[in-house]
Amino acid sequence: MGYQIPKKTADTIFSQLQADYEIFAPRLFAGDGCFSDTDIIRYDKVSSLDEIEFDRRSDYSFKESLFAINETLFYFTENETAVPSCTDKKLLIFLKSCDLHALKRLDAIYLENGPEDFYYKRLREKASFVLMGCGETCDTGFCASMGTSRSDNYDLYLKCDGENVWIDCPSEALLLTLKKAGLDEGGASACEVTPEYVTENKESVTLPKNLSVESFDNPLWEAYGSRCIGCGRCNFVCPTCTCFTMQDIHYRDNENVGERRRVWASCQVDGYTDIAGGGSFRKTQGERLRFKVMHKIYDFEKRFGYPMCVGCGRCDAVCPEYISYANLVNKLAEEDEK
Amino acid sequence: MGLDINTKKAKKNAFRISKERGIGASRIRVPGGYLKAEILGMVQEIAEKYGNGIVHLTTRQGFEVEGIRLEDMDAINEMLQPIIELLDINQPEKGMGYSSSGTRNITACIGNNVCPFANYNTADFAKRVEKEIFPNDLHFKVAFTGCPNDCGKVRLHDFGIVGMTMPRYDPSRCVSCQACIKGCKGLSVDALRMENYKIIRDEEKCVGCGVCITKCPTRAFTRSKRKYYRLTLMGRTGKKNPRLGEDFLIWADEDSIVKIILNTYRFVKEYIDTSAPGGKEHIGYIIDRVGFEEYKKWALEGVDLLPETKVKECVYWSGIHFDR
Repeated sequence: MGYQIPKKTADTIFSQLQADYEIFAPRLFAGDGCFSDTDIIRYDKVSSLDEIEFDRRSDYSFKESLFAINETLFYFTENETAVPSCTDKKLLIFLKSCDLHALKRLDAIYLENGPEDFYYKRLREKASFVLMGCGETCDTGFCASMGTSRSDNYDLYLKCDGENVWIDCPSEALLLTLKKAGLDEGGASACEVTPEYVTENKESVTLPKNLSVESFDNPLWEAYGSRCIGCGRCNFVCPTCTCFTMQDIHYRDNENVGERRRVWASCQVDGYTDIAGGGSFRKTQGERLRFKVMHKIYDFEKRFGYPMCVGCGRCDAVCPEYISYANLVNKLAEEDEK
Repeated sequence: MGLDINTKKAKKNAFRISKERGIGASRIRVPGGYLKAEILGMVQEIAEKYGNGIVHLTTRQGFEVEGIRLEDMDAINEMLQPIIELLDINQPEKGMGYSSSGTRNITACIGNNVCPFANYNTADFAKRVEKEIFPNDLHFKVAFTGCPNDCGKVRLHDFGIVGMTMPRYDPSRCVSCQACIKGCKGLSVDALRMENYKIIRDEEKCVGCGVCITKCPTRAFTRSKRKYYRLTLMGRTGKKNPRLGEDFLIWADEDSIVKIILNTYRFVKEYIDTSAPGGKEHIGYIIDRVGFEEYKKWALEGVDLLPETKVKECVYWSGIHFDR
């Protein structure tokens, strides 16, 4: 059951929601791109529908709304530690279908892979997800190949044009909240609403079927690795990369007091596999690239039964060296055939 | 009938009198080196109809159509008209060609239309200054470059404008990957260091090149909303004392730079030595004669600098002295 809501009414509801929700959505940051006079789309708290970038895929994924780039795990004094408190509000996160499929991967890593992650869990429990449809495919995504172009596990689907907003709200709790915020007033009418999604992309990807430890010797890794500069952008934009590292900060004015943070880490950046004593497991970019790709389409699947990669294509779009992960995976699949 | 040409007038009209009797060249300047490709066809037409078919790409981003007969200057001026209009060049009288040649074409590197290092649109700024100062008979050279690499060689100009950006740093987005530190050390001035896993920027050392911003993989470093510029003064080539321009303003804004250039024209009109050869005295030599303090007074009149703009209170030039 869906609704068509005049934009004005939707705006009112949206501002009402602010009282109980922190709302995260992709937003255009004008001028914040890498290069002069270029923009970036990334997640941030929003306070109105107009701030949300509905059409273009965000350059950085939704994951930072649940898994901050820097997160203080606890503060320490000489004898005590204290865990920072979590927001009192609930979270409402706007995302596209690829990212909603990525959420399943984040859950797998943080909630179903040994002990549950306390910090992830306490935010995740507060979160509801608003699906934004895709009227047309982005340039580099291959969600249709990965089976992630459609989602039915959203709490709310929302489409917005200048005049009207269409919603479908399978979550009864959220529907009740929307009604309290004024859904039944201001000219909303019931109608059938189904999410927009794409059935094909410009890019299509076939996963190799016969990867194994023997694939480690494939010369493709070094061929691509020799072009890689190890900047880690592919990891940081990826909605399914979950690695972090630890940092203990001792405050400059009093070194006995400080905090422990977890900070996003990249398997492509120097230091990721460094160990005490000076060892380092994966020294070349080729080895690091192999590790990343194998994790996305082989190791993760062995453990959880489905590939990690959701085909959002952000890694291809962001790589400054024009390394195409999609192309690399297709090349691996072609070799399968032979 | 003998060839009767007012060469002074012809030179002002952007024609060169060549070493071959009766033969000159038509000089077509292109502000900021930025032009629609259709102009190339128009230049070709002039070169093939009135010239010897050869075009020289000038050192100041113009075309010099070689081998034209001086008696064809009027006809060439007519053919130049659509070029002058497409380039949006100030012109007191239509159909009469370029109306002055003292202030030289404003040059610019390719800038942020294309280059990943550039911090602003050099062609746009060049055209803004073009609109303010042309046509003009005084000998000024102005050049724009997108970043401190100075591919535009602006320090050889009276006014050199170097693009800067003030890096903004959001520690909550920083993953301590040190790409900025490595970039700054390798490509720029080594102004960054890490303390407690976060970046500290040496503000005195930083040249505002923006390398940290282009290298940052998480958008922890981003550009300032405002575009900033370094203004260098009175660089020159020449027989007497070639030298590089020296910094005058750092972290300056566009409006101040435009005003200072306009103020300098007033200063030159006041102090130029009219007995100099051809009535031309180059600004740099005027400042050498009058003193920087006096120049600065004129240059900064009515200029509202930003609070963050650093002003060099004294400027000293060196260079090579062939005249001492």
